[in-house]
Amino acid sequence: MSSRKAQEMSVRFDSYPENEQFARMTIAAFLMDLNPTIDEMADVKTAVSEAVTNAIVHGYENQVGQVFLTCMKDGAHVRITVTDFGKGIEDIERAREPFFTTNPSKERSGMGISFMESFMDSVHIESTVGKGTRVIMDKKLQAFYLV
Amino acid sequence: MDFLYESKKGKLRIFAPEEIDECTASKLRVEADELIDLYQVRCIIFDFAKTEFMDSSGIGMLIGRSRKMGYSGGSVEAVNLNPRVQKIFELSGLKKLISVVKEDNL
Repeated sequence: MSSRKAQEMSVRFDSYPENEQFARMTIAAFLMDLNPTIDEMADVKTAVSEAVTNAIVHGYENQVGQVFLTCMKDGAHVRITVTDFGKGIEDIERAREPFFTTNPSKERSGMGISFMESFMDSVHIESTVGKGTRVIMDKKLQAFYLV
Repeated sequence: MDFLYESKKGKLRIFAPEEIDECTASKLRVEADELIDLYQVRCIIFDFAKTEFMDSSGIGMLIGRSRKMGYSGGSVEAVNLNPRVQKIFELSGLKKLISVVKEDNL
């Protein structure tokens, strides 16, 4: 199992909310052969959903742009990146605070990044105002060793 | 209407979809509000029996409905949560706003 080669995949899609499901399913299909537990798979899908939602709702503010999703699997280690070329985040530390939202009137819960942090081992965010945002998330799957 | 619902004994039950993300949460928000205005109920129950996935967009939608019902002295309840949805409720503190009830107690 440990001799398995690292693999990567990438997709690019338009920033329509309908594509959130597509993004989740793509990641799930790509990770299927690692035999993740149901919980691990749900964790990863939730984190992807949060990152893609942020790109669509905040990055592009519901204008149509392109979202780039990549996933790398290396043994039990999974790295997912979600990139947009939208408006960027002014204050990343603030954005990371639970319940912080730039858009309370639209009923945003402000839990997006907290959820990514809860469900993945690490979340790294790079952002430049006016240029875009990249979220890099890592997780080590436990189930891999049980196979 | 995209979602099934039933109105019984002054309570409106809305059957949540399989997956609740930004896309379905915004549809659910619009339809729930139409139904609340139409039926003038005191309580809405979100039935999660079919729901396998929910992200933070669903939380925003539920907090919003809880506020809307709260303005008129009403409430929001949740029923049939699977362990995953339960986890999302716990992580987000949603349990403080929305009471999770058992089917028998409805």
